[in-house]
Amino acid sequence: MYISFSNEYMKKYEYTEKKDTRSGFGAGIAELGRSNPNVVALTADLAGSLKLDTFIKENPERFVQCGIAEANMIGVSAGLTIGGHIPFATTFANFATGRVYDQIRQSVAYSNKNVKICASHAGLTLGEDGATHQILEDLGMMKMLPNMTVINPCDYNQTKAATLAIADHVGPVYLRFGRPVIPVFTPADQKFEIGKAWTVNEGKDVSIFCTGHLVWEAIKAGEILAEEGIEADIINIHTIKPLDEEAILASVKKTGCAVSAEEHMINGGLGDSVAQVLARNYPAPLEYIGVHDTFGESATPDQLMQKYGLTADKIVEQVKKAIARK
Amino acid sequence: MEIEQLKSTAVAVRRDILRMVAAVNSGHPGGSLGCTDFLVALYFDVMNLKRDADGKPVFDMDGRDEDLFFLSNGHISPVFYSVLARAGYFPVSELATFRKLDSRLQGHPTTAEHLPGIRIASGSLGQGLSVASGAAYSKKLNGDKSHVYVLMGDGEQQEGQIWEAAQFAPNKKLGNLTAIIDLNHAQIDGTTDNVNSNRDLAAKYRAFGWFVDEMEGNDIEDVIRTLKKAQENPEVPTMILMHTEMGFGVEYMVGNYKWHGTAPNADQLTQALNGLPLSIGVTDY
Repeated sequence: MYISFSNEYMKKYEYTEKKDTRSGFGAGIAELGRSNPNVVALTADLAGSLKLDTFIKENPERFVQCGIAEANMIGVSAGLTIGGHIPFATTFANFATGRVYDQIRQSVAYSNKNVKICASHAGLTLGEDGATHQILEDLGMMKMLPNMTVINPCDYNQTKAATLAIADHVGPVYLRFGRPVIPVFTPADQKFEIGKAWTVNEGKDVSIFCTGHLVWEAIKAGEILAEEGIEADIINIHTIKPLDEEAILASVKKTGCAVSAEEHMINGGLGDSVAQVLARNYPAPLEYIGVHDTFGESATPDQLMQKYGLTADKIVEQVKKAIARK
Repeated sequence: MEIEQLKSTAVAVRRDILRMVAAVNSGHPGGSLGCTDFLVALYFDVMNLKRDADGKPVFDMDGRDEDLFFLSNGHISPVFYSVLARAGYFPVSELATFRKLDSRLQGHPTTAEHLPGIRIASGSLGQGLSVASGAAYSKKLNGDKSHVYVLMGDGEQQEGQIWEAAQFAPNKKLGNLTAIIDLNHAQIDGTTDNVNSNRDLAAKYRAFGWFVDEMEGNDIEDVIRTLKKAQENPEVPTMILMHTEMGFGVEYMVGNYKWHGTAPNADQLTQALNGLPLSIGVTDY
């Protein structure tokens, strides 16, 4: 990773490789397998997709293959915490949340068990499998649960760092990541701080609050805006809950308007969390980048991101709209 | 504990259940009364529990090197609370707070109020067998030789998650797990046979790989004998079909599924308590 300034308005983020965030999770849990004897990995017939191969090879006794039975996997995870284990329950985001909402609600969140729900293939970028698998409501469902911490990292390195961090955090966590290969632009040696937003770029004209795969799009948007003389304050909200309200308010007090960007339904996602903070503390124009009350469909990830408007160009459009409303 | 003492404890527990649900005019007395003898046998005889120098049980969430019990059919919380209190986990007087504002004794058991003895929230049905399987797995990973018990309802067998767990536990060779089904043949809307028949539960669980046993749940001696036998299978989990009478101990409640989720009124309470005289030295909460 290299950072320089393309011009005075935007830091230049460059990358040498593209990787999938789920592989960042795989690297993280492999490291935890070596460093933390209490960590147990579970899956529901998706060990390969979740990149558990190294963990399984090195710790076969601490790997629990549950088969295609996600509800049972959540309950078994809750039970494993009794006796001091730290279960990482893994599957696709759709099956890790919507399918097992009540199991998570009662056996994990209400019971306040130290279970880490690790979900891959979240959002539209799952691609060709289509809407049955493309969950766009998971952040909303998980953030509504008391006791639950919700994290949606943006690249390979941040996902790996987040995976390590949640093992040290006592309490239920939902960690969301994805399938497509995307630029690796955050430092390999970063320390992930749960609940602490990361300032990607400082600017005075607009705040862009972004999470997950949309962070790279926000960076590209920042470059386009910089060419036009617009200075974007780009804040990566990797922790959806607890939300870094202080960072959000400090940014909007400086810029006076905001755009949220996420690969999620706009109802109930990051944007709505930002809106609540602004409405209660510092009302300001807010525009949303996200999916507007519709299911996804089959296509390549790039085609879907284009069709549903989750791109740098669309962020630029919404930024201009937000600035015009100031 | 001597059988006579267990029996007199069971009488006290039944009185607690009736008084608790009558006091708030809500709760589930039928299944609670039916499972009283089982839970008394379990906590006062069968399970090895961590205790302090005075013999009082000591609770910690991890429960290492002690037997664990999970209640999956959380609606029979009155019997669970009464047995935990009388076993010494918390003051018996606290039973008077059941289902009231700011109580640790919620309608359904929860860890949220930090009530000693409770390790998981239950109430939404079908989840306990999975949780108990996880706890049994955890013990195996820890090299902990103690045992895990879980109680479920027979109506609860209609939940799909049960069968996910039923497949999991034998495949993982969880011989340190004993599950018990309260076979009282009743659920809220009627008999289990009429609502959605479980058909042959013994054959089903056998086919899934369990060691299946049966016992008379309202016969304390049979309960103790059967539960002890279940500990002898090192690699195969045990499923015990426990025959009980819903409302056992209260004549007018026996065999009437109306008492699944209905509390007795004042007259009915008096009548029920009159049929359950306390032994000398035992008192109500």
